[in-house]
Amino acid sequence: MGIFEKIIKLDRRIIFLVIFLSVIFPLIFKVNIPINITPEVRNVYNLIENLPEGSVIVVPCEYAPDTMAELEPMLYAVLRHCWEKNLRVVACGFYVTGVTLIEQEIKYMAKQMNKKYGKDYIFLGYRPYPAAVINSMGEDFRQSFPTDYYGTPLDSLPMMRGVKNFNDTKLVLTINATSGVDYWVLFGHERYGFPLAIGVTAVMAADYYHYLNSGQIVGIIGGLKGAAEYESLVHHKGLATMGMSIQSFVHLVIVLFIIIGNIAYFVIRKRKGINR
Amino acid sequence: MKRELPIAITFICAFILTLQYFIPHRSFEIMYEISNIWIQIIGVFAMILGIISLIMLHWEKIKHKKENWGFSIVTLASLVGMSLVGLIASENSPVFEWLYNFILAPISATMFALLAFFIASAAYRAFRARTVVATILLLAAVIVMLGRVPIGSLISFGIFPKMAEILVNYPNVAAKRAIFMGVGLGAAATALKVMLGIERSYMGSD
Repeated sequence: MGIFEKIIKLDRRIIFLVIFLSVIFPLIFKVNIPINITPEVRNVYNLIENLPEGSVIVVPCEYAPDTMAELEPMLYAVLRHCWEKNLRVVACGFYVTGVTLIEQEIKYMAKQMNKKYGKDYIFLGYRPYPAAVINSMGEDFRQSFPTDYYGTPLDSLPMMRGVKNFNDTKLVLTINATSGVDYWVLFGHERYGFPLAIGVTAVMAADYYHYLNSGQIVGIIGGLKGAAEYESLVHHKGLATMGMSIQSFVHLVIVLFIIIGNIAYFVIRKRKGINR
Repeated sequence: MKRELPIAITFICAFILTLQYFIPHRSFEIMYEISNIWIQIIGVFAMILGIISLIMLHWEKIKHKKENWGFSIVTLASLVGMSLVGLIASENSPVFEWLYNFILAPISATMFALLAFFIASAAYRAFRARTVVATILLLAAVIVMLGRVPIGSLISFGIFPKMAEILVNYPNVAAKRAIFMGVGLGAAATALKVMLGIERSYMGSD
């Protein structure tokens, strides 16, 4: 078997090992690569940046531990920005296996930023069937959530006084790893007209650019790269920025694998005299 | 009557919910609010049916010791265990959080983390420039992969991110719009067929 045949039939364990090493390498040597800011992320940042102090923004989070590597840094960066601007956050979770995670993340970030529950933020918790819940939240948050996650009636929480529905909020920013994004566009933005921004996993991001181009959403924070961009904008480099160097190396290695595989494929094909 | 009643209910509900989009009157808003609550209540019953179906499926597997029946025991034990803890101690309790943080979270995160390794292996084997179409796909994938990470900008002096932006914003959006318009028209036609009782497969075969 020639060298190119060996390359074509490369043991997948070698590929796994190389990928593992390309994850470890930037972690050990702390490689820092400058991050360029895309307009879709800057749009979200600018919108939040220009909101008046005390504005209410809704942050529905629909993800679970499987996608937390990408979306947790995004949530942290967004919450940091909101709370630095003294905005009030109404958070909720429509993904059943993610509710506990979201609650812990929000609590963690609130502690970091010295924010008080009920005054600076609330967590509504989970309700099934996002489309119906979005519709009823559009009429009155209390329809689907008469109480918050901890069982406290919404009316007894100071920050919810005077906040009835989306008309009393300035932005909805959903951090989402599900098809729930479409519900927010179709049942939320289209019916109630609130500005909508989305934070999604990298693999999902390309699916929502048509909403961006049509003006139905104001911006997209896409994957770990989007989260890293947001971290750069809020001048607080965290998990996403660290993950970016890892992701860079892994992408580069995968592309190199693809190129090597194709070179070997063409050489073998030429030797066999196959034209097509 | 067995067939006519569901068709009549479907027609009335669909007609009123369609109509409320065009009549901005308080009475229709109230009807819409009530329907939202009803949808959630009916949805909960669907969840109960789902749980019963899951239990029956796995119970049958265990009873007849079918292939991988051991996993069915794990599934049922997890279902009962988590439900009991959630119902008795509530989802804010330390026991529930412990189960979530130390069992569910690591399992699902690990499953997803392994994906990077399998994608790398699959990309190496499957991404071959065999035809013109495959070559276009391959080049687009490479450009977007490198254009979406900071190192891509470094090695191409900013060209890959720009090319990735063009690919995502134009060919991707054009294709997506076409697909979405097709899906939208199809969904509207299907909805109309369901509303008028032409499409009845949702009622089952008998």
